[in-house]
Parts: sequence; structure tokens; C-alpha cells
Amino acid sequence: MNNNEHISFLEHQGKYKGIFAWIFATDHKRIAFLYMYAIAAFFLVGAILGLLMRFELIAPGETIIKPQTYNGLFTVHGIIMIFMVVIPGLSAVFGNFFLPILIGAKDVSFPKLNNFSWWLFMFGSALAIATQLLKSGSPDTGWTFYAPYSTTTGTSVILATTAAFILGFSSILTGLNFIVTVHRMRAPGMRFFNMPLFPWSIYATAWIQLLATPVVGITLIMLIAERLFGIGFFNPDLGGDPVLFQHLFWIYSHPAVYIMILPAMGVITEIIPTFCQKRVYGYKAIALSSLAIAGVGFLVWGHHMYTSGMSEQARWFFSLLTFIVAVPSAIKVFNWITTMYKGSIDLKPPFIFALAFIFLFMIGGLTGLILGSVATDIQVHDTSFIVAHFHYIIFGGMGFAFFAAIHYWLPKMYGKMYNFKIANISAVSLFIGFNLLYFPQFIIGIQGMPRRYFDYFPKFQWAQVISTIGGVILVSAVILMIYNLIMGVRKGAKASANPWNGTTLEWQIPSPPSLENFDSAPIVKENPYDYN
Amino acid sequence: MDNNGSHITEYKVLIRILFILLLCTFITIEITSFDLAAFTVTAALLIAGFKSYLVLSYFMHLKYESLLLRILVSMVFLLFFVIVLITFIDYSFR
Amino acid sequence: MSEHNTHIDEHRDDEASKLGMWLFIFTELLLFGGLFLVYSIFRAQYPANFHESSLELSVTIGVINTVVLLFSSMTIAMSITAIQKKNKKLTLALIGVTILMAFIFLVNKYFEWGHKFEHGLYPGSELMQLLERGHHLYFSLYFFMTGLHALHIVIGMVLLVIAYVKVNKGSIKHDKFVFLENGALYWHLVDLIWIFLFPLLYLIS
Repeated sequence: MNNNEHISFLEHQGKYKGIFAWIFATDHKRIAFLYMYAIAAFFLVGAILGLLMRFELIAPGETIIKPQTYNGLFTVHGIIMIFMVVIPGLSAVFGNFFLPILIGAKDVSFPKLNNFSWWLFMFGSALAIATQLLKSGSPDTGWTFYAPYSTTTGTSVILATTAAFILGFSSILTGLNFIVTVHRMRAPGMRFFNMPLFPWSIYATAWIQLLATPVVGITLIMLIAERLFGIGFFNPDLGGDPVLFQHLFWIYSHPAVYIMILPAMGVITEIIPTFCQKRVYGYKAIALSSLAIAGVGFLVWGHHMYTSGMSEQARWFFSLLTFIVAVPSAIKVFNWITTMYKGSIDLKPPFIFALAFIFLFMIGGLTGLILGSVATDIQVHDTSFIVAHFHYIIFGGMGFAFFAAIHYWLPKMYGKMYNFKIANISAVSLFIGFNLLYFPQFIIGIQGMPRRYFDYFPKFQWAQVISTIGGVILVSAVILMIYNLIMGVRKGAKASANPWNGTTLEWQIPSPPSLENFDSAPIVKENPYDYN
Repeated sequence: MDNNGSHITEYKVLIRILFILLLCTFITIEITSFDLAAFTVTAALLIAGFKSYLVLSYFMHLKYESLLLRILVSMVFLLFFVIVLITFIDYSFR
Repeated sequence: MSEHNTHIDEHRDDEASKLGMWLFIFTELLLFGGLFLVYSIFRAQYPANFHESSLELSVTIGVINTVVLLFSSMTIAMSITAIQKKNKKLTLALIGVTILMAFIFLVNKYFEWGHKFEHGLYPGSELMQLLERGHHLYFSLYFFMTGLHALHIVIGMVLLVIAYVKVNKGSIKHDKFVFLENGALYWHLVDLIWIFLFPLLYLIS
């Protein structure tokens, strides 16, 4: 491999010039960058909205914002973070960049469609942000748009649901693209069971994106029709049933939780063997547990609805299935730990993030079981316990996995290396800030602090103050981390093709990769994590 | 999924399928005009299921596609069926 | 870039396109699936109302539209056979007939809906709000489901018109017809959904 002749995809001169070379790009790597920059910007917006809420909660009563503004804040924070950051996050950024490379392909199956997905994503995001600027005010329903309130509130719900619909469509097309890519574009000799595990998790995720998203799509259309024509599906006055909305919504939105976490698990599964220099333990169990999570994940939506007036039978049924879906997740955790056993562990920044992920994900997962059991859920339902739980899963899980992934793959994506010391400091302070922010919410949640309230009893103030301090530390750590990464990309040392001594296909090609990834057909190993 | 010498369905076959489909439609109309209580819906849905099987296999060429695709299609129908079933665990016991 | 253009044909993968179309059809099935779920729940709650309301619909129009759709499904399937047998003229004729059938379906639907509108029965109308609960839900579902279905008919028509132009230009031919195949798949999807809509809306007792 002669580096002088190598032209990376970043330098490659295509049909268009300047910014058009990016926004009309069909190269999966460029599209990954497009998503990454957009998502990073949305993430910062969402984080600032979150921080505003934390400042409001620093003392009981009104401190800096009005109650209605607070309602708008948590709704838009939710919409941005869920639909524009976490759901596309790992699969659209790292899935786009590394799925084709890891399976030895030149690109995804439908590159133009891939670019179109990004445009849809940006269009939907623009609509979602526009809801903030309208005269009718930002939606105040929470990101779940529960009927009947969402059918009657005067705020801009129609625009927000349209935005969610378009974002969903973009997600469907990305999923469709990835499934076809995995089926049709694998390198010669690569069977399903010698694919690396990140593609496995992206594949399972793509199926959820494809099959669950249409259900929420039609639900949002029904909600819009309810508002425009009074079709009555969710209106008890006209014979409808508001709980039906919750059913339809969670038929999508529970599987959507796995759209968020499955790729995160995939990233961690790539990082751990590399930094332990050891073959991953239980390859097939990890691969199949991704599919199992995707499958069973479709059948547990009702555990979001224990207090909504479902029948008793439905409640115990959903509770039972919820405990079953915990099994494949636990399989993965055990396999990660076992992979580390007797490995030659190298505490580089990506691995530190991965360790933080495992710790936080376990807290999130175990508190999830408390919520999965009907009796305890009724006690803590709609309290800040829930808020803490899903932030441990979504931010502690998916968020930390995203940070781990960017520290792991940045040298491959840009061909530059960041500063390890600052990366370590940011990782540790993120971890501290995160736990300070969310752990107290578990405690006051059990004591009865409701979620989505802008006011509270003075006895909860100690925890809210700790949380706010944690929030400030967390946001500062994020800024430090991003600063370090940007400095790394701009001024960092040149990264070699394989800085971590990894074994998967992306480490066999130069950093950054060339336009078509592989100059010659890649050599596919029997086991992708073969360190011997 | 490799069938490069892709299968050609003869016109005759397609015409025959159309006749069966039309026949099924008229059977459905006849059945539903009797009052057989719950059985009417079941019968109508079973016939509709059979009709969609014909459309999927012959018009949509599923019969000549790979096993993988056939499995995927049946999984999608199964998934929908299971979701309806689970939702009714709530609605039938309220 | 010139080098890239020569690659495109080499990379052509009809199986991938077809798989992609099937996956898209899955999403469409689940999109309608959500509506069928709503239908089944309300029907289970208001069986008598649903029966009474369904008597308001004209079974004759329903039957005509069913026959039209089934026939068009066959003609578009035949057009694939024709293109495989290199019979361009017949292919064009068959696609043309399919588009004509789609148009007839829409005209029928127009009269069916128009008739209801004349009687003040349309989504959001005053009459709708006065109806009994089950009747109201039935007609809401009727307009929602048939409306969404009609929208898919229109999308299908557009696809078929593009296919017609492409066959005429010769860019769809006997060894390269995946676009026509995918258009046909989409058209069959429309038919597939109608197979369930027809008995559930027009024929319930």
C-alpha cells in the first residue's frame, strides 16, 4: 500500500465542488459525516434545553422560566434528542461509515437513496425546530404526543408530528438500505456468521426501523386527522379510545428503544476485543441475541402502559415478556465481561468509554426490571425515577457508546489522532457529571418527585441541586471532549492505518479510506476477531 | 436469491389465477349474505387470506423467489398477526 | 468520474433492487396494518353499528372496483411476461390497460365518495358528529382507509406511467426490467390491501 498514491475519500474530487461535494454526496462515508455534524449540532441544542430545565429546577417555585415554557422545553428536548439525535445517531453515522467497510463492500446498495434519507432527515429536523418559532408556541405534549391532550392543545402539534413522520420515513429508508446492503454486498467469502458484530447489530436495528416505524407513521397521521377532522379514534366522546393511541404509539416506540441501544451494543462489542486483544467470547450468542432483542422487543410495548387502564391480563402478560427481553441483553453483558477475562487490557480512551457504558447500562437495565414489574412500576410511574432510568439507558448507554465510537473510529475517519490525556479527563468527568445528574433522581423518584413538573416540594431540593451541578459538569465535559476531538482532527498527529491493532476489515485499509474503500478484494477471516 | 434465468409465468397461468380470484370474490359475497354470526367474518377473512396467498405467489412471483424472501414475507404477516393478538389481550379482558 | 460511470452497469444488482422493493412493501403493509388494528378493535366494540353502517355502502360499486383491481393486477403481471418474451407492443398495451383500470377505479371512488359528500357525510361534517358512536367510527375508518388506499393507487399510477415511458424509450427491455417489476410489485400491494378492505368494509354482517 503506497501512501503517496493513496487518495482518501476526503480529498477525492467528484462531480461537484465545495459544499455541493458534501450535500449531494452519495459516498456512504461523506453521508456519515453529514449526519454526524448535523446530529452533533442538534445534540448541543437539546443539551442546552436540558440544562435550562435543570436551572429551572434548582429551587422550588418559578426561578427562570414560566411553567408553559417548561412544558415546551421538555417536549422539544424530547423530540430533538429522541427523533433527531438518538434514533439516527449510531446507525446513520457509524452504521453508514463502517457497515459497508466492515462487510468488505464499496458502498451501500442504494447510495442515492442514502443521500435522499439525509435530506429527508434535515427537512424533518428543520420542521421540528420550526415548531419553536411559530406563534402558536412549541408543542407541550411531551415527545409521546399522548391523546387526548395532543388532540386538543392549541400548540403546534400538527407541525411537530409531521416532522416526526418525515424523520421516521428517513429512518425507514436508512434501514431498508442497510438490510439490502448486508444481504447483497458482503465481500466474497463472508457469510453471515463471519460478519463482525457491529454489522449484526446494525442489521437487527434496521429490521426494527423498517417494521416498527410505519406503525407510528400511521398513528401520527391519525392524530393529525383527529385534530383536523375529528375522526374520533382517540376521542371517548365520539366512541374512540385514548388508550388505543398509547398502544399504537408504543408498538413503535418501544422497539425504537432498541433502535437506540442495539447499535450501541454493537459498538461496544467491537471495542472490547480490540482493547483486550482477545477473541470475543460467544460470537454466535452475541449475534443471535441482537436478533432476539429485535424480535421480542416488538412484543413488550405494553409495559409503558401499566397505569393507563389496560386489562389485568395484558399487564401480567407484558410484564412477563419484559423480563424475557432482559435475557438477551444480559447475555451480551456477560459476554463482554468474559471477553475481558485474562485479556491484555489496554486502558485507552475508547475502552474507558466502553467501561463507563457497561456500568451505566447495567444500572439502567436493572432499574428497568423494577419498572417492568407491575407492582413496583405503579409506585414509581411518572416520577423522576423513570427519567433517571431512561437517561441511564439512552444517554449512559447510547450516548456513551457514541462517544466511545467516535474515540475508537476517529483516527480511521479523519486519519488523525486526538490527545489521549484530555480524552481521558473528559471521559472521567462525563462519568462523574452523569452520575451526579441522574442518580439523585432515582432517590427522589421513589420518594414521589413527579416527572415533567416545573415545581416541587422543598424536601427534594437537595437532589435537584446536586443534579444541576452534575448537569453543568456534564455539559462542560461534553464541550471539553468535542474541543479535544476538533483539535485532534485539525492539529493532531497523523494516525496509522491500525492504531489499536484491531482485526476487523476497517483496520486493513488506509486512514482515511479511499473512495471505494478497498483497492483489492479484502481477505475475509473465518472469525473476525482472530488475534492469534 | 440468485435466479438470473428469471422465471417466466405463462399468460395462461395468470388468466387461471384471475378466474380463481374472481370466483373467490363471489363466494365471499354469497357467504356474507347469509347470517352465520361469527363464522361469516372468519370465512370472509380466510378467503381473503387465500386470495392474498394467490396474489403473492403468482402475481408477485413469490413462488419462484428465494426461500429467504418467502420466509421474510411470512414473518411480516406473522408479526402483524401477533401484534393484533396481543392488543386483544388488553381489549377482550377490560 | 468517467471511470465511475462504467462501474455503474457492472454494479447493477436487480436482486438488490427487488429486495429493496419488497422491504418497502413490508413498511406499507404495516402502515395499513396499524389501520386494520384500529378497525378490528372498534369493530369488536361496536359490531352492530358497524354492520348497520356497512349497509350504507353500495356493494355493487365495491364489486366493480374489486374486479377492476384484480383484472389490472393480472394485466400488469402479464406485462412482465410480455417483456420477458421481448414483445414490446404487448407490454405497452398491458401497462396501458392497467393504468386505465386504475383510472376507472378512481372514477368509481370519486362517485362513491361524492355521493356520501352530497348527503353531508364527510370527515369533520356536522352530520358525522351527530352519528352514533359506532357509526361515526365506521365512517371515519371508511374514509381514512379508502382515502389512504386511493392515495396509493395514485402513487402506483405514477410509477406505472414512468414504466410505460421507459418501455417506450427502450430503457426497460427484456434483460433489464427491474423497474417494471418493482412497479408491478407496488401495484399488487394496492390490490392486496383492497382484498382485505373490500370484505371488511362492504360485506360485514
